Amino acid sequence: MWDYSEKVKEHFYDPKNAGAVEGANGVGDVGSISCGDALRLTLKVEPETEVILDAGFQTFGCGSAIASSSALTEMIKGMTLDDALKISNQDIADYLDGLPPEKMHCSVMGREALQAAVANYRGEVWEDDHEEGALVCKCFAIDEVMIEDTIRANNLHTVEEVTNYTKAGGGCSSCHEGIENILTRVLAENGETFVAGGAAVPAPAAAAAKAPESPKMGTLARIRKIEAVLDSIRPALQADGGDVELIDVDEKSIYVNLTGACTGCQMAAMTLGGIQQRLIEELGEFVKVVPVAKESLVSMGA
Amino acid sequence: MSDIYLDNNATTMVDPAVFEEMKPYFCEQFGNPSSLHNFGNKVGFALKKARKQVQDLLGAEHDSEIIFTSCGTESDSTAILSALKAQPERKEIITTVVEHPAVLTLCEHLETEGYTVHWLEVDSKGRLDLDKYKSLLSDKVAIVSVMWANNESGTLFPVEEMAQMAAEAGVMFHTDAVQAVGKVPINLKDSAISMLSLSGHKLHAPKGIGVLYLRRGVRYRPLLRGGHQERGRRAGTENAAAIVGLGKACEMAAEHMEFENTQVKAMRDRLQEGLLAAIPHCFPTGDPDNRLPNTASIAFEYIEGEAILLLLNKVGIAASSGSACTSGSLEPSHVMRAMGIPYTAAHGTVRFSFSRYNTMEEVERVIEEVPGIVAKLRKLSPYWGEDGPVENPGEAFAPVYA
Repeated sequence: MWDYSEKVKEHFYDPKNAGAVEGANGVGDVGSISCGDALRLTLKVEPETEVILDAGFQTFGCGSAIASSSALTEMIKGMTLDDALKISNQDIADYLDGLPPEKMHCSVMGREALQAAVANYRGEVWEDDHEEGALVCKCFAIDEVMIEDTIRANNLHTVEEVTNYTKAGGGCSSCHEGIENILTRVLAENGETFVAGGAAVPAPAAAAAKAPESPKMGTLARIRKIEAVLDSIRPALQADGGDVELIDVDEKSIYVNLTGACTGCQMAAMTLGGIQQRLIEELGEFVKVVPVAKESLVSMGA
Repeated sequence: MSDIYLDNNATTMVDPAVFEEMKPYFCEQFGNPSSLHNFGNKVGFALKKARKQVQDLLGAEHDSEIIFTSCGTESDSTAILSALKAQPERKEIITTVVEHPAVLTLCEHLETEGYTVHWLEVDSKGRLDLDKYKSLLSDKVAIVSVMWANNESGTLFPVEEMAQMAAEAGVMFHTDAVQAVGKVPINLKDSAISMLSLSGHKLHAPKGIGVLYLRRGVRYRPLLRGGHQERGRRAGTENAAAIVGLGKACEMAAEHMEFENTQVKAMRDRLQEGLLAAIPHCFPTGDPDNRLPNTASIAFEYIEGEAILLLLNKVGIAASSGSACTSGSLEPSHVMRAMGIPYTAAHGTVRFSFSRYNTMEEVERVIEEVPGIVAKLRKLSPYWGEDGPVENPGEAFAPVYA
């Protein structure tokens, strides 16, 4: 079962710009027949302005490959080549109201076909720098090759490090066995042995809360402490283009607003969990971090 | 018009008569069969009857050879792991490259734990080389596990002959028969098969019930230890309602065995003949002369399976595909690749699998719908020209990475 958006279905059932464009002067062939996806993009470019007058696709592939191809041709018609090249695979996925993680490679193929076709028009040789492996982390669509490369490039040794560098394993955690197997294999290349570090069971937040027995803080001191903790976390969030702001404190509930890139990020829940853990440790009491959007403040009576 | 279900190798409808039989075992006959009071006792007798019904369908000699499990996968794992546990000095396994993941993935995992797995390959029609098989049998082999019928192509393996060869070499033989039970006659007491797995939901019983047949005298180590259920060979309170349903389903499968091999087969044959006549560049996969009566696996060249399924689904026809894209992996079906089917065809393989609930009218409707769908997708394919495949598809369209 695939959870396709209505937009994907629309472009699959009734694809736009199917077939080769007549008088095309840019052709991009990408994909791999062994993987079951292959795409030929044909462009008709006006030489003076470099505007894409017409675009057509021929695709051997699944529903989302056909939909991605159709979406791409719709998006680039009328654009200049330079503007078209700015389209990312995420833009293609967004145009289709999202793709399942297993299908994100279909949008990657679209972007690559575009690069190949532009290179062909300009008389350049396009080289594919992208190798795709079996999907490991379904939450964030991270494949085996990417994990292997990241482990080698950064000398990673633990599943936690792999998650920090690639996001893989940061969601439901079902793929941790797979990541451990990859670590075992890659580390063995250098004669190293993978050792599963850390606790086998994640510590529950409540248990950690018991640790420090600090004297009870007054309201103002407590809020200042909370602000201080958030300030210490802020640089890490800003590095990823996000931010956090304190909205309100109501006994055990601490209301925060995640902003910027944090909004809608699949890692948001993890981020909140991390903030909560830090606050519990610093305050020495159990608290609950509750995400709120700015708009809902009125109804909260804040 | 109602939808047409041609995906019975994936799962089947629970037969209404099976459902009727199960109903009392939820709110009325809810007792634990291990209890001695009336509540439990009646359920105990119902399980006894079901065990007999399963025994009859399998042609097993004793009813105590039937062990109820939770599914086909549990039966497969129990069988293989039992053989390894019971014979720790034997470190080799023989299986095939076209097994269901229930066996394939387990064996791949066992390789990482130090076991040697001999993977039997298949030819272009999905057939095994029995001479090669014979050469691998030795006192180092703990178990042979070979499926009775392939879930994708329907091809039947000569498991009775292979079990005999294993027995002569003193090796245990297990068969994953989830696709075969209820579709082809089975008579275990006249065979040398040590263990056999079946799954209820493939033969009109509910999901969540399976059976491991264990020949009397075959050395065995349970997977789940605990209570004394199933004579201590599979602990855990029995799924009574599902067991009762499976018993009824087995009885009905035996009654319909002839129908399956005549009427159901005729529908399958008509579908294949109709599609091959109407559509150029398509062919059946596997061994058409030696396969399940209900299965036709057809490769439509130059197009991709998931796209075919989505368009079939749109017109109310349910089938399935060996295409990579339906499973989330990038490689096409391991079964199609093992038979050496080229990528341009392997990705476009569609499996139509029938049951006794299908009709000839449905078959005719499918024959009407499929050619248009194939033509529509071929029009989009870079491997297809105006009126046929482009010449030298491999050269005419050679993408940047391959």
